[in-house]
Amino acid sequence: MTTPTEPAAFIPPPPSRGLRLLSLLWNDKFAFMGAMFVLLIVLFAVFGPMLFGDVATKMNLRARNMEPFTLDKGWLFFLGADALGRSILARIMVAGQNTMAVATSAVVAAMIIGGTFGLLAGFIGGWFGNVVLRLADMIMSFPSLLIAMIVLYMLEPRVENLIIVLGITRMPIYIRTARAEVLEIRERLFVSAARVMGASHWRIVGRHIAPIVLPTLTTIAALDFAFVMLVESALSFLGIGIQPPDITWGLMVSQGKNYLQTAWWLSFFPGLAIMMTALSLNLLSNWVRIALDPVQRWRLEV
Amino acid sequence: MGTYLVRRAFHSFISLAGLLVLVFFLARLTGDPTNLYLPLDATLEARAEFTEKHGFNDPIYVQFGRYLVQLSQGDLGDSLMKARPSIDVVLEAFWVTLSLAAVVVPIALIGSVVVGALAAYRPGGAFDRIGTIAALLGASAPDFWVAITGIILFSLTLGWLPTSGYEGNIVYWIMPVTVLLIRPFGLLVQVARGSMLSVFSSAFVKTARAKGVKERSVIFVHALRNAMLPVITVAGDQAAGILNGAVIVETIFGWPGVGKLMIDSIFNRDFAVLQTSILVTAIAIFTVNIAIDVAYAFLDPRIRHN
Amino acid sequence: MTDQKAPILEVRNLAVGFHTAAGEFDAVKGISFDLYCGETLAILGESGSGKSVSASAVMGILDSPPGFVRGGEAYLDGENLLKLSPSKRRDLMGEKIAMIFQDTLAHLNPVYTIGWQIAECFRVHRGFNAKDAMARSIDLLDRVGMPDPERRAGDYPHQFSGGQRQRIMIAMALALEPAILIADEPTTALDVTVQAQILDLLIDLRNERNMGLILITHDLGVVAEIADRMVVMNAGEIVEQGPVRQVFANPTHPYTKRLMAAIPGRGEFREVLPLPEGDAPKAILEVRDLAKHYGITGGMFGTSTGQTVKACDGVSFDLYAGETLGIVGESGSGKTTVANMLLRLTEPTRGTATLDGKDIFSLAGDELLRLRRRFQAVFQDPFASLNPTMSVFDIISEPWLIHRDVMPKNRYRERVVELLESVGMVADHAERYPHQFSGGQRQRIAVARALALEPEIIICDEAVSALDVSIQAQIIELLADLRDAFGLSYLFIAHDLPVVQELADRVIVMKSGKIVEQGTVVEIFTNPQERYTIDLLGASPIPDPEKMLDRRQRRGISV
Repeated sequence: MTTPTEPAAFIPPPPSRGLRLLSLLWNDKFAFMGAMFVLLIVLFAVFGPMLFGDVATKMNLRARNMEPFTLDKGWLFFLGADALGRSILARIMVAGQNTMAVATSAVVAAMIIGGTFGLLAGFIGGWFGNVVLRLADMIMSFPSLLIAMIVLYMLEPRVENLIIVLGITRMPIYIRTARAEVLEIRERLFVSAARVMGASHWRIVGRHIAPIVLPTLTTIAALDFAFVMLVESALSFLGIGIQPPDITWGLMVSQGKNYLQTAWWLSFFPGLAIMMTALSLNLLSNWVRIALDPVQRWRLEV
Repeated sequence: MGTYLVRRAFHSFISLAGLLVLVFFLARLTGDPTNLYLPLDATLEARAEFTEKHGFNDPIYVQFGRYLVQLSQGDLGDSLMKARPSIDVVLEAFWVTLSLAAVVVPIALIGSVVVGALAAYRPGGAFDRIGTIAALLGASAPDFWVAITGIILFSLTLGWLPTSGYEGNIVYWIMPVTVLLIRPFGLLVQVARGSMLSVFSSAFVKTARAKGVKERSVIFVHALRNAMLPVITVAGDQAAGILNGAVIVETIFGWPGVGKLMIDSIFNRDFAVLQTSILVTAIAIFTVNIAIDVAYAFLDPRIRHN
Repeated sequence: MTDQKAPILEVRNLAVGFHTAAGEFDAVKGISFDLYCGETLAILGESGSGKSVSASAVMGILDSPPGFVRGGEAYLDGENLLKLSPSKRRDLMGEKIAMIFQDTLAHLNPVYTIGWQIAECFRVHRGFNAKDAMARSIDLLDRVGMPDPERRAGDYPHQFSGGQRQRIMIAMALALEPAILIADEPTTALDVTVQAQILDLLIDLRNERNMGLILITHDLGVVAEIADRMVVMNAGEIVEQGPVRQVFANPTHPYTKRLMAAIPGRGEFREVLPLPEGDAPKAILEVRDLAKHYGITGGMFGTSTGQTVKACDGVSFDLYAGETLGIVGESGSGKTTVANMLLRLTEPTRGTATLDGKDIFSLAGDELLRLRRRFQAVFQDPFASLNPTMSVFDIISEPWLIHRDVMPKNRYRERVVELLESVGMVADHAERYPHQFSGGQRQRIAVARALALEPEIIICDEAVSALDVSIQAQIIELLADLRDAFGLSYLFIAHDLPVVQELADRVIVMKSGKIVEQGTVVEIFTNPQERYTIDLLGASPIPDPEKMLDRRQRRGISV
């Protein structure tokens, strides 16, 4: 038998993948701040309603439209109070939950359902693939805001319906990406090797194709999350999203728009929260793209 | 190329037909318009006359059949609200939206390509860092909030610009155009930068440098044309988005565009207007897509020969 | 040939580094060499030796970042190229020094016509107007042997074949008659017959213009064919340099010796298995009239245009137990199509392949699954044939999950280790992932996977083509050992003749989907009958400078 005599053949695995990624994140200060902000928002979304639910709904007529940047009434009123004297900061922290819940559910549902359809469309092809692709085209050629409006007008603007509508409108991108990736991956040699072994279709899709497609879909989902959040806010702003007494950031902006002349902070701060969250997510997914690209990764290390 | 366009048109036609059917039935599920258009104390006879006149008492499939027959004769139906042909109402509004898009899209496309190319030329440089952050900010900004903040700042506080309105004067255009520009610009800069970055690392750029071609020409002659395809795709999507109705901007700034018209027609159950708006915008988007295909073929001979 | 005068290019202590995720990496560690007018200097090395990186650094087209020049000088006409200002350097590029590359499709701009791209040299350096520049480009295309140059100048790179594109690259590089041409693996992606034409053209132009040619290659045959002097690089260092004949005849450095020893096709022919004669010559696999035709589709609904491409057209052969049948042919010969049909990856248009009295093309379901156990494959690209998300253990044990009765689950680990050891690897490797291995090691893993089902027949589709020479030799030896140990039959498909010579008992030569000639390896290599086989053998470079000189002189080309 031969013995391998190849020099420098084996590259040792790094000590810990998690630690390395963390240090990469620390090296990109913007992405790090983005990650911290997203973490903060997630904490608000999970614990906000529990901790500040009461404060956010407690009316205080003496604090009506109270100006921001004073600590006279405690730190909760640092960002001012709304027309009913409720703390804006507390309301932002509480409202995050609805926004995050809607966006997360819609994106995850779109990714799983759209990704599955895309995988099958790419692998099976034929008329099934064509029908799926045409459906995706149809959804894409329909203005998503409009589809959402008709459906929400028809049904009730409840959280579940909102999730369904947003999920459907975001599906095409996952269908198309997954399908395109499958078309490329199924021609790769390791798939041929699996077929030569006698692997079933399920094994080839599940074991060989899906694990390669998944990271791509996840990267898209991170970007999509910010987008869905913006659409949800726009729907709330137009009054066809989540209805009072529930609150979302978009709804807060909408409610504040009647007081633009007298109390700008009612709309400004919730809107800022939307933008900062979207920005953080964008920064983070930008970073993920570079960190996952072996050709570019060194940029984060020097 | 020719057969490709025909096939493309065929697919679009199928999508459009599906869309119209969907909208027809969805819209009618929102309820009977009679109550909206007649006073609460209208007599039963008056109500019966109204439904009879507009055919709302027929089964829905009969209404649909009638719609198809009218459609085949080029009749898109009358607006309930305005009591005149829906196509006139829609075209008026569409013209407003189209003029907005005609200003916004070219600025976004040209500006973002230049910014993206220069940012990608020295990745990690000062211009790249500032450009990337600005682009991300733009892509992250909720347009309704930017519009409101703009009104607070430039109209209410500084008094430089009008809060809303639609007239020939350029000051009325500044805020709507800017608000509409921000997100497409942010997205396109990112796409252009990414695309240029990958083209800069491609082999033919090396060949050009090995020939002694000047850097300006490497960027704007050799690289740019290759990097344009993804940028044009996204620009097309953004153009389609604006043509589909810049709902938020039209609502906030009170522009009588097609987005606002669609929203109003849903709330008013003005079915003919809703259907016609969707038909018109879908045709416009189809035209944009064809234009993109033609641009592709112009830019890349490999597509032309397939 | 090499004059006593000063060299036109002097490289001194050139060092190049790269930023990588694992820190800085020294790709080139201080190398020095000279180039004289009218000579061909070969820089020989395997992948990762730093040969291309050094050339890119001299040309100033290093990918930077992440690459950077650490130090050293490169003097051209007394000026240090590495210290020139960008604009001064640009003036020299194309004018004094030019470069051609391996992957011509990627190195030509896809969206401009080739005439325009050649003409650009004249516009940039000589300020020609578009019309004059184009006229000169057409002359150049004519000079490099492009048929119908006037019309073809208006075509785009994707409309040419690989060999034609290399001619275009050469025309472009030589437009301004530079003193130095650097050719980076210029013929590696080409078929041997085309390779011979391109090498002839390069030598011809070098003689005509008395320029210095630097030829970067991994192929000892190409070095022997056209180079005067050679530099051997390994791991970023020059380990040996000297006149080609001297280095070939008398290598001094251990690495060069190893490289020379690894050259395929220099060993003896394998002792051919006596074909079973007389009473019952029974093949284990009988292929009859195998064909694959592809219809060309087009039009609005993708309907057939009535035209067909015959990728494989009426191929018949037998495979006997324990023998290795080599199938050689250039690209488009249909050899891979044959493999894919036998592996049931592609369905044949017609024909049969009989194994134990059953036509394998008629099998389905469980019968097909049972067939799979007897038929395994090793593919060309070891980087692509292993799933990057699976560990080596998962990769090798996957066949047993599909064929449950082969191996009880509790024996998986033990058996994976046995298989790894039989291909020259160790038990520890089982927990690692493909990206942690070199190309040769990955191909060993692929062989282990093919062995997992204990097949009778293994189809090797270009199984060693993507590997460096020294690794190639190891894998060929491994395949031979396994064949003898387990009584395997191989269908060994390759474009590379010397490799087949080493391993095969019998050889089939294919061209355009048909079998041109078949016979024992000795018959084919020493006494070919068909014109095509003779041309193929004649074009294939032999890593022996004396023989090559002889052959060139007969073709009327002076070296």
